[in-house]
Amino acid sequence: MTTRFADRFAACARENRPALGIFTMAGDPDPATSTAILKALPGAGADFIELGMPFSDPMADGPGVQAAGQRALAAGQTLNRTLAMVAEFRTTDSDTPILLMGYYNPIYIHGVDRFIADALAAGVDGLIIVDLPAEEDDELCVPALKAGLNFIRLATPTTDDRRLPVILKNTSGFVYYVSMTGITGAAIKSHAAVGDAVKRIKSHTELPVAVGFGIKTADDAAIIGRDADGVVVGTAICNAVLGSLVDGKATAGTVAAVTTLVSGLASGVRRARA
Amino acid sequence: MPLSGANSLRNGPDEDGRFGIFGGRYVAETLMPLIRDLEAAYDHAKTDPEFAAEMADLRTHYAGRPSPLYFAERLTAHLGGAKVYLKREELNHTGSHKINNTLGQILLARRMGKTRIIAETGAGQHGVATATVCAKFDLPCVVFMGATDVKRQWPNVLRMKMLGAEVRPVTAGAGTLKDAMNEALRDWVTNVDTTYYLIGTAAGPHPYPAMVRDFQKVIGEEIRAQIMDAEGRLPDALVACVGGGSNAIGTFYDFIDEPSVAIYGAEAGGHGIDVENGHAASMTGGRPGVLHGNRTYLLQDADGQILEGHSISAGLDYPGVGPEHAFLHDMKRVNYVPITDTEAVEAFQLLTAIEGIIPALESAHAMAQVIKLAPTMGKDQVIVMCLSGRGDKDVETVGRMLGMIE
Repeated sequence: MTTRFADRFAACARENRPALGIFTMAGDPDPATSTAILKALPGAGADFIELGMPFSDPMADGPGVQAAGQRALAAGQTLNRTLAMVAEFRTTDSDTPILLMGYYNPIYIHGVDRFIADALAAGVDGLIIVDLPAEEDDELCVPALKAGLNFIRLATPTTDDRRLPVILKNTSGFVYYVSMTGITGAAIKSHAAVGDAVKRIKSHTELPVAVGFGIKTADDAAIIGRDADGVVVGTAICNAVLGSLVDGKATAGTVAAVTTLVSGLASGVRRARA
Repeated sequence: MPLSGANSLRNGPDEDGRFGIFGGRYVAETLMPLIRDLEAAYDHAKTDPEFAAEMADLRTHYAGRPSPLYFAERLTAHLGGAKVYLKREELNHTGSHKINNTLGQILLARRMGKTRIIAETGAGQHGVATATVCAKFDLPCVVFMGATDVKRQWPNVLRMKMLGAEVRPVTAGAGTLKDAMNEALRDWVTNVDTTYYLIGTAAGPHPYPAMVRDFQKVIGEEIRAQIMDAEGRLPDALVACVGGGSNAIGTFYDFIDEPSVAIYGAEAGGHGIDVENGHAASMTGGRPGVLHGNRTYLLQDADGQILEGHSISAGLDYPGVGPEHAFLHDMKRVNYVPITDTEAVEAFQLLTAIEGIIPALESAHAMAQVIKLAPTMGKDQVIVMCLSGRGDKDVETVGRMLGMIE
């Protein structure tokens, strides 16, 4: 198993702060700019990276991430290009954990065994596949774990104590708690409820628990990061890219728009428990 | 001899919701507990005499079943071959077979204590059938419909609104059925506590494909009894149109293990199978993949991105198909054939002119296959076609194509 996630969460725990996970859509708004954003993330304060694999039909994503995926696909992004981006990233960064996040069909079409081999060769540490619940573990989860790739499962507010063991069974790396029943980019209704849920999950597992969906600002990151081992920001990153575009094209300010946001979020996680 | 036991092709789905390699439960974790609850609720309802009695009563007194099996005498003479019978699902309440399914699922939603209903619709037939049962059972209803379909099927949009449903146009993608289904799934994930997703076709995550089939199989069961009355024998061929495939699986299911019955599913051939992204024939022109909760045949590119597809018929304009059809295709039990837009419109005109029946453009695809098939068969042979819906909603689309509207 690749150990970058375990090492990074342990390092952040030693600093008594949550890890900051940043989601960015591979290929948005174009391959070169997207690669530049990816490479700039660790320096701006990202502790781990979720690299989105764009899909034509992202059923769990809100408008912000949907639009980012559409921009990426329009610019010619493919699964092979996404894997190549990770390999390129690894030429300059061998420590920051990266997971690929997306939907199953492009992987199925690529071929599961070939995908796992290609992902490991590129330097990927884990996978989050939204439409592969525990019931479908034989498809990708089990062979990925066997090959040494972390398979990170989503737990949600509907995952009760009866179901938690089912989803934790084949989970590795960390548990990703979805803060709400909803799509990416919606608003968190109760921070307290999220904290309670994180504690509940932690009573079932030794794995770190990171929270995503609905975290947009440094304050959100600070509040959620009080209880969680990690916080993930995605839609706000996609929206920052969008805000920097002119006529749909990247500008000189695109990478900076993302790194400025990430720096602010990084300060948020550093005062979560201060 | 009918197939039976392990040789039966009607043993699916297994406990994982699979028909062969197809089907399954490919949904976000948020939905999984609900999907399992739905499965349990349906398993219970299936064997509950009270549920069966309620369904039987609604079918008879509300939907108007059984629907007639009509011998199309002039059509038969015109085609000069096999005798053609039409299963008149378009005479059901709301004008299509869709009411068979929405009645079953609304009863289930009530049993599960759900207080809000959502649905996707392409042609609007399922949307109307859902809005109808929501009016009858006093439940709020939101129907997601592609913006393109809202335009081309506006009579059904008006019907849904009059029935009290909120119609939400979906502008993503090509604004057709696939995009409506994505948006319905997003709504469901958000409102999972209160909301029942009333899927209109025999697709989606398990248990929907099996459940929708079970609510639709009354079509084939009635055909069997009616054709035995009329001809004293089983039909030689069955024909139905296939988008997601709910009227088709309902028509076919009772005959799948009868080797003497040839079965044809008419897919949307659009501008032609050779035109890239110009058709919606997922089995003729697609390959297996995973979308909307199930593994099935999908129109997709080399990188696994789903194509929009095209059909003149909003109800068939979907890049996938129900998993049981995918299985029956692989088993070579059902012959799925593409019908072009042009062939469908010609069939629409023929049936209208010589039988006085205006078919839905979806059903016109099945009719086009009958037009090809009947002349190749003997006059002593029998075809039964499922006339799944009436064509009032399509007169504007066809009128424009024929230059009858400025």
